[in-house]
Amino acid sequence: MGVETDQPFLLASANKLVNWARRNSLWPATFGLACCAIEMMASTDSRYDLARFGSEAFRASPRQADLMIVSGRVCKKMAPVLRQVYDQMPDPKWVIAMGDCASNGGVFNNYAVVQGVDQIVPVDIYVPGCPPSPDALIYAIMQLQKKIDGERFSERY
Amino acid sequence: MVDTDVRLGLSGSDLAIRNRTFKNDLVRIDESNLNPDNSVEFASLVEAGLTGEIVSASRFRDQDFFIVSKDRIVDILTLLRDHPDCLYNLVSDIFGVDLYGFDREPRFEVIYSLYSLPNHRRVVIKAQVSEDDLTIDTVTGVWPAANWPEREIFDLFGITFNNHPDPRRILMPDDWIGHPLRKDFPLGGEEVEFSHNVREQIVN
Repeated sequence: MGVETDQPFLLASANKLVNWARRNSLWPATFGLACCAIEMMASTDSRYDLARFGSEAFRASPRQADLMIVSGRVCKKMAPVLRQVYDQMPDPKWVIAMGDCASNGGVFNNYAVVQGVDQIVPVDIYVPGCPPSPDALIYAIMQLQKKIDGERFSERY
Repeated sequence: MVDTDVRLGLSGSDLAIRNRTFKNDLVRIDESNLNPDNSVEFASLVEAGLTGEIVSASRFRDQDFFIVSKDRIVDILTLLRDHPDCLYNLVSDIFGVDLYGFDREPRFEVIYSLYSLPNHRRVVIKAQVSEDDLTIDTVTGVWPAANWPEREIFDLFGITFNNHPDPRRILMPDDWIGHPLRKDFPLGGEEVEFSHNVREQIVN
């Protein structure tokens, strides 16, 4: 049994259709923790409208969301809560670590802040910036959409 | 038992920070001492017979400071709240200070910043707490707003408040060991990678 280099025709079409549906309807879970949350809100306002990329509804319940944008510093006290919210999201789910603090602890290199949220949840896209401008967040979501386009059924299930 | 230094991850630079000392010979030119004539609070403390508790009382740039011992702190603060000339009904903030490195005998201070809404005046009361007896009476009975600031001081300095209605940590996780705002608690965090200390890269 060699490595599957190409999918059968029917599966490939279905794969493309499913990927198209998933990338164009990413509903983020509201996980705004600190200052990056303001920029996340700004990216949903009228100037940098995030809804035109499919993020029409920021669901408050993680059960109805498929994207978690961790925006802000995560303290060690908050870390179990973050993991619990991530676990409550149903598959398929993606995580964007927005900002320096979520990516690697940012300016807070101390005893209280988790040095990078990838110590707790698997991260798909990291967005640098303190805070990243709404442009940067939108670029990150577009990159995530490109990543979703390249997903195959066999990898996720 | 594991050595506390190892447990807390003290490194060389952390130990250097812990052993630093501070200059304590600043001269404050504008400072003047208080006495019953120029301070209403001092006069009311004299009236109540609590002057034995006062270690020093001074005015520096229009701000009154009283350094007191901690034994009758509840009586002092109740008097300041209730005396008709003082009426300090708002406890703005309660701080803790760690004077490690200044070589001052009572290592900690609990500082009450009081504001009088009727009289529009502020006063600062500093209660000295020594390292041997890290307890002080709670003033939650005098002002209910003192509850959380005292929890914060307990969490970050380790000063226990007697008869506190809710003695638990407020900022750090419940199972945290140590008191982070003491000057001998390490800063923590990761070592930052620069080009001079970059780890070996694994080449495929």
